[in-house]
Amino acid sequence: MSRSTRVSGLARVKRKPDIDVSELLQGLREVLPAQAVITDEASLRAWECDGLPLYCELPLAVVMPREADEVAAVMSLCHRLDVPVVPRGSGTGLSAGAMPHPEGIVISLAGLDRIVDTDPANRVARVQPGVTNLSISEAAAAHGLFYAPDPSSQIACSIGGNVAENAGGVHCLKYGLTVHNVTGLTLITAEGETLTLGGSGLDTPGPDLLALMIGSEGLLGVVVEITVKLLPLPASVAVIMAGFDTVAAAGDAVGAVIAAGILPAGLEMMDALAIQAAEDFAGAGYPREAAALLLCELDGSDAEVAEQCAAVSALLHDAGASHVEMATDSATRQRLWRGRKSAFPAVGRLSPDYYCMDGTIPRRHVAQILAEISDMAGQSGLRVANVFHAGDGNLHPLILFDASKPDEIRRAEALGARILERSVELGGCITGEHGVGLEKLAQMSVQFSNAELLQLEAIKVAFDPSLNLNPGKGIPVLKRCQEYRALPQRHHHG
Amino acid sequence: MADCSSELRDAVLEAIAVQSPLRIAGAGSKAGYFGREIEGTPLDVTAHCGITDYQPDELVISARAGTPIAQIQAALAGQDQMLPAECPLFGGAATLGGSVACNASGPGRPWRGALRDSILGLGLINGRGEILRYGGQVMKNVAGYDVSRLQAGAQGTLGVITDVTLRVVPKPAREITLAYTLPAAAALARMVTLAGLPGPVSGACWIGNTLYLRASGTAAGVEDFRRRQGGDLVSDKAPWKALDTLDNAPFSGTAPLWRLSVAPSSPLSGAEPDMIDWGGALRFFAGGHDPVAMQDAALAAGGRAQLWRGGDRHSDVNGPMSSVEKKLQQRLKEALDPGGIFNPGRLFSDG
Ligand SMILES: Cc1cc2nc3c(=O)[nH]c(=O)nc-3n(C[C@@H](O)[C@H](O)[C@H](O)COP(=O)(O)OP(=O)(O)OC[C@H]3O[C@@H](n4cnc5c(N)ncnc54)[C@H](O)[C@@H]3O)c2cc1C
Ligand SMILES: Cc1cc2nc3c(=O)[nH]c(=O)nc-3n(C[C@H](O)[C@H](O)[C@H](O)COP(=O)(O)OP(=O)(O)OC[C@H]3O[C@@H](n4cnc5c(N)ncnc54)[C@H](O)[C@@H]3O)c2cc1C
Repeated sequence: MSRSTRVSGLARVKRKPDIDVSELLQGLREVLPAQAVITDEASLRAWECDGLPLYCELPLAVVMPREADEVAAVMSLCHRLDVPVVPRGSGTGLSAGAMPHPEGIVISLAGLDRIVDTDPANRVARVQPGVTNLSISEAAAAHGLFYAPDPSSQIACSIGGNVAENAGGVHCLKYGLTVHNVTGLTLITAEGETLTLGGSGLDTPGPDLLALMIGSEGLLGVVVEITVKLLPLPASVAVIMAGFDTVAAAGDAVGAVIAAGILPAGLEMMDALAIQAAEDFAGAGYPREAAALLLCELDGSDAEVAEQCAAVSALLHDAGASHVEMATDSATRQRLWRGRKSAFPAVGRLSPDYYCMDGTIPRRHVAQILAEISDMAGQSGLRVANVFHAGDGNLHPLILFDASKPDEIRRAEALGARILERSVELGGCITGEHGVGLEKLAQMSVQFSNAELLQLEAIKVAFDPSLNLNPGKGIPVLKRCQEYRALPQRHHHG
Repeated sequence: MADCSSELRDAVLEAIAVQSPLRIAGAGSKAGYFGREIEGTPLDVTAHCGITDYQPDELVISARAGTPIAQIQAALAGQDQMLPAECPLFGGAATLGGSVACNASGPGRPWRGALRDSILGLGLINGRGEILRYGGQVMKNVAGYDVSRLQAGAQGTLGVITDVTLRVVPKPAREITLAYTLPAAAALARMVTLAGLPGPVSGACWIGNTLYLRASGTAAGVEDFRRRQGGDLVSDKAPWKALDTLDNAPFSGTAPLWRLSVAPSSPLSGAEPDMIDWGGALRFFAGGHDPVAMQDAALAAGGRAQLWRGGDRHSDVNGPMSSVEKKLQQRLKEALDPGGIFNPGRLFSDG
């Protein structure tokens, strides 16, 4: 497919198509070492999409700074030349948030990859954005501490990307999302200025700009340093796995645990297709015949965990669990989690492509929406596997399809959109942790009124008056609402 | 228990039309606290009150902004649940809207989170008189910017909060308080050590030459903690209720109070605090202190100082801001409140 035919929704957003590319490249080479400015098409291909390859685009250039002041210099230059900039961490995002802009550059933060300081006395660490999520906990472990949010992509995803998406993980039920675990940020604004928010204390006076920045999908600033909160590693951890004959029984069991006043560290659910795929892939020892599987992690002191394990086991049995296994040793716990943590790639092996949705619903509707998803999937002639954060009602239906068949892409997208709309109807939202990106722009108008969208746009303009930071993502440009409702054109590569 | 949102909206539209600023008031419990003293037509939110939805099994409660915190706490207690942030009552009258606007959080803050942490969504009347809704009733929601949490600490400068949905938590099965007679520095050292270890601590404050530790959790977990930590088991809950009753030092009386929110292990230097809370991260200093010295001390300790009560309430009680932050704060204010009608000057002398 040639460049000129790769028109996406983004091309229409940019207001000034008259960028002087040679001036831009020359300027970039003045503020960065030569090898940090990538322009040849073959190399640029590596950046054409994030973890959602349904959407691809080639940028004018990719730059790879290694220091915050290089980021500031790049941002100042792009501000002066009015060039769109798309920040990028590890590119594991699932909403095309880091997809390049065809008339702009990608700024990769992967080269800012140092843990600047670990401060066990204050239980914080200052890290650069390119540091991977998992390596923070690895470094903190020496002090008996850990960083709580643990997305399944934690080996690869960057902490900067986690901040931009307000990433969650299996432990967020008890320990919160990224927004609950970050106390300070340094950002470079769209105008190239440095903004420092928060610090090592627990609050600062004034509107909560920290919260505004977290989850802003790279639209309000480029994160160059993060102060994360570290927590003491629990003395004792147990994982209970329970298989159920029906999805409804598993859903009720989740409600029963919460209603009993127990707050597990994690409470995850998988359906039959996901169980089988995970078992084939990871050999975690899941009951293949079960219609639904729950994984419940409990942590605390030895005494607390023993007390809660007894209570949860009893609740699960009462709820009709057909197969219960409890693990307190680390090797068995890791085995039980391995299936859940590798569920996306495991399901991915069932089909040429899969499309991961991210709607959230009030927990009491879990069994109902799973039944509806199954019906909708049948009508679309597609299979759906479900893997999700049951404790907080965050669904991840994985729609299986074949991207070489345009008709299947269309059906997968339509099914995904229908699932998200249904999530909103049930009192939920269109994205729990993966962000809106480019992918869910159309559904923003389902969740928000025009006045609400206009207010979001006004906030965007306050931070980025020239609309050059990750333009065309996150919030729909309102006058194009109708077009967005009709879905932007998509292009799949390869 | 009435829905007065359309009256509130009419009042906002009227203020926009006549270009006359509003001073948003909950119970006024924080009138002389947090922010600067300002002029404006009072907009009383207290009549807009009542719990609108409470789903104990979902751990979610929604209420109108004028609802007293005490009423919400009572409803939750009936289901063995609680607000994790334990919002202070400030003498009894504090409202939900005022508490969110001030991000008013109680003694468990380092372990259970601030009030902003449990906000799931809210309704807001902006400076165009539009009623907007962000977030929702679910635990996770990342669609759009986090306009809900943005209101925490805004002290009503970005809009009128009409209602709030909060995450709640189960009440711990058991909770105890242990007391130790210790000077400030030793108490701080003990708090910091404990905070780095796993355990059921849910409060650590020093006041009146005494360190108080609170432990919450399962009966077995709490008992285990008591055995290991020693100390005197006290039934007195006063240290955790200091901001509810306001009848003990340093909160009784009207002396100026400085509030320093800092890195918990930062050493005590200069004047001794009158109270240390949040395991070391919150320090109160009563009486007249040099504002510059207070700001410098807070900055050196990785945090910020606020002239929290009393003193010159026309000065910049919230301390200085970088020029970049000030510019962005001003633009943000314009984005939500283009006519500048909500609590102008409450946060900063020039914005
Ligand atoms: C003795 C005393 C001690 C205090 N200690 C603390 C403390 O330790 N920590 C702390 O965080 N605060 C503290 N405060 C601040 C207290 O002023 C808070 O203001 C209190 O929770 C406010 O509740 P309220 O409903 O009375 O709000 P008010 O006092 O009426 O209002 C507080 C602020 O919130 C704004 N506001 C109120 N309702 C709304 C709404 N619906 N929408 C938008 N803005 C609104 C007001 O304009 C004002 O800026 C203290 C106050 C007092 C009097
Ligand atoms: C197998 C798999 C499992 C996953 N599991 C989870 C999960 O459990 N929970 C979860 O929340 N997510 C999950 N994700 C999604 C993804 O990993 C997260 O969204 C992650 O936070 C993205 O980080 P990244 O570094 O890859 O960011 P990227 O994909 O590079 O970027 C994501 C967004 O952040 C912006 N951005 C990146 N860095 C910066 C920065 N420094 N400053 C400003 N903006 C920036 C980009 O512009 C883009 O909008 C999963 C993804 C995969 C592929």
